[in-house]
Amino acid sequence: MRLTKIILSFISAVAILFSMSATSFAKVVGNKIVLGAAVSLTGKYSSNGVHTQNGYNMAVDRINSMGGIKVGGKTYKFEIIYYDDESNPKRAAQLAERLISQDGVQFMLGPYSSGLTKAMAPVTEKYGVPMVEANGASRSLFTKGYKYLFAVLAPANLYLDVAIKTAVELNGGKGVKVAMAFEQDAFSQDVRLGILDAIKETGSTKVIDDKLPKELNDMAATLVKVKQMKPDVLVVSGHTKGALTAIRQIAEMKVDVPMLAMTHCDAAKLSKQHGKNSQYALCASQWHKTLTYKDNFFKDGMTYDADFNKMFGYAPPYQAAESSAALLVFKDAFERANSFDQKKVRDALAATDMQTFYGNIKFAPGGQNVSKPMVLFQVMCDAAGKCENKVVAPLKWASAKLIHPVPKWSER
Amino acid sequence: MDFLVFQYPMITVQACLDGILLGILFALIAYGMALQWGVMNIINIAQGDLVILGGYIAYFMYLYGIHPAWGVIVAPIIMYFVGIGIYKLVINKVVDRDLFISILATFGISILFMQLMNFAFGADVVLANSGYGTTMLFDSNVVLPNSKIFSAFISILFAVCLVIYMKKSKLGRAIRATAQNARAAKILGVDTEKVYAATFGINAALCGVAGALVSITFTIHPYMGLPYTIRSFMIVIVAGLGNLPGVAMSGMGLGVFEEFADYILGTEFRIGSVFLLLVLILVYRRFKLSKKREYLK
Repeated sequence: MRLTKIILSFISAVAILFSMSATSFAKVVGNKIVLGAAVSLTGKYSSNGVHTQNGYNMAVDRINSMGGIKVGGKTYKFEIIYYDDESNPKRAAQLAERLISQDGVQFMLGPYSSGLTKAMAPVTEKYGVPMVEANGASRSLFTKGYKYLFAVLAPANLYLDVAIKTAVELNGGKGVKVAMAFEQDAFSQDVRLGILDAIKETGSTKVIDDKLPKELNDMAATLVKVKQMKPDVLVVSGHTKGALTAIRQIAEMKVDVPMLAMTHCDAAKLSKQHGKNSQYALCASQWHKTLTYKDNFFKDGMTYDADFNKMFGYAPPYQAAESSAALLVFKDAFERANSFDQKKVRDALAATDMQTFYGNIKFAPGGQNVSKPMVLFQVMCDAAGKCENKVVAPLKWASAKLIHPVPKWSER
Repeated sequence: MDFLVFQYPMITVQACLDGILLGILFALIAYGMALQWGVMNIINIAQGDLVILGGYIAYFMYLYGIHPAWGVIVAPIIMYFVGIGIYKLVINKVVDRDLFISILATFGISILFMQLMNFAFGADVVLANSGYGTTMLFDSNVVLPNSKIFSAFISILFAVCLVIYMKKSKLGRAIRATAQNARAAKILGVDTEKVYAATFGINAALCGVAGALVSITFTIHPYMGLPYTIRSFMIVIVAGLGNLPGVAMSGMGLGVFEEFADYILGTEFRIGSVFLLLVLILVYRRFKLSKKREYLK
């Protein structure tokens, strides 16, 4: 009995010792800069959560193997502590708290999705922990006056306004009729606000404005309305299920619309799941491998694509690319701040002005990246039915000419 | 509010046909739920998750190059054994307890299934392409995807087969006897334990068929089961337990109601309107249900 007690107290003493050493081990110790990240490894965002983590890991590997980070004449290496936030905003906020107050992390990377970033930002802000995030695009993240939040991606309201502007341009500068179908979540509604702004700006009119439910798997009613109202542009945003449902039902119901623009095409693997039916769809993307941005670590998009493929066995979606870019931003900021003082690093982040393989990065006062435009690609298929995404707008990056108007179903 | 649906008669026809085809599929799922509820007095919250699991079976066949329509034969066979497994592991421990315990148990199974499917198949939304094409009616003013017509046809086929099976076969009669009075059936030599297991298996098999059809017509995702549970629950509440034509009618009624709610109130209220209808009907049926015991015919 006494022996068990002694053993027990010994074990707990060791445990306490370990937990204390874990606390002091974190932050910046020896030659390591420890970053904290909560990503969705399980739950409904798990596929994109894994893309995010792979993107982070790839950049850590690359930066460490190419000499690390030089601060105050000493060389440091990145290390990331990961937790699984289970795709749950409450859990994400708890984990942010835990990373900061228990693990002693002083610098954070973002989670996947606007919703989770929104849950974590108040915590990092409270502790004054700089967070560079790569997967939260909702406009509301950048209007709250956060001082320690920086996003390498373009905000959600810029996702599809290019499509409206292009349609107006092709219409000889005259306004167009726009049909919209958006899911009711923070991200899609922000995309909708961007479209509304573009409609106003170009003197266009909206003829359908449907809100899609979270459990969306049938949008036949919206499409019947589209057939009746004959809009010039149909815009759909409802994550992967919105993209998949829209393409399936547009093909089945033979809905003819001159321009179809949507989000999440590459996450939904549209061209793989739907083949030729997805042809001519226009998709908003943060990044595409054919863009010609360059940096010293990943060289350019094509090289990143090849290296990522070699390391993880699949082509990188833009979620992975932007996550890798977040670490390049951190490295750059640490070196310019030449210090690990959170305030100084924050100021250095705010002054970021650089080019990465993913695009130019320069933060507005709200924390969003304002110097990288969105690109639009169009799904194009050859006669054999092999489909590819080709960048069609903005013109500077275009690798193919936009096919407009989309041929009618009866002519395909 | 938008009354476009009444301004163009062709849209009204389209909405009705869409609703009916959709409703027949719902009715098949609801029939399984009614069967189980009537025989075992269990409300299966995991109904929708069984549907989604059936959908994944068809999806994986599609991935391996087999036409997903074969899923309507393969999925029920696999799902039958999944159903028996669930019965042996969990349901037989709660089958003679009160309704609340069984709801809790099946709710637990539902959560477990969601997480397991998410773990095994990933969180991506997927679908199986049947390549069935489209039927155009009334000078192409009304379009019906053949996949929807196919799924309605298969649903009717399975429902009819099941009704005949229930009437003619030995097991079918034993199931009906147990539904009427489990104790008396036991005294007269019916192995009620076996009957319960078979009933749960048959329900899971029906969900398997429905799931395969869902993957062909719509999309599937590990967390998309709940709307199917709610819809079948509602259909059963409206129709009553022993009333198969009632289940079919209320299934189609719900389908049409959903379509019209979608047109008039907007797509965002589609599922919401189903919930609202459920609350109204529950309030209306409350007294009836608590006073009268109903049997499966």
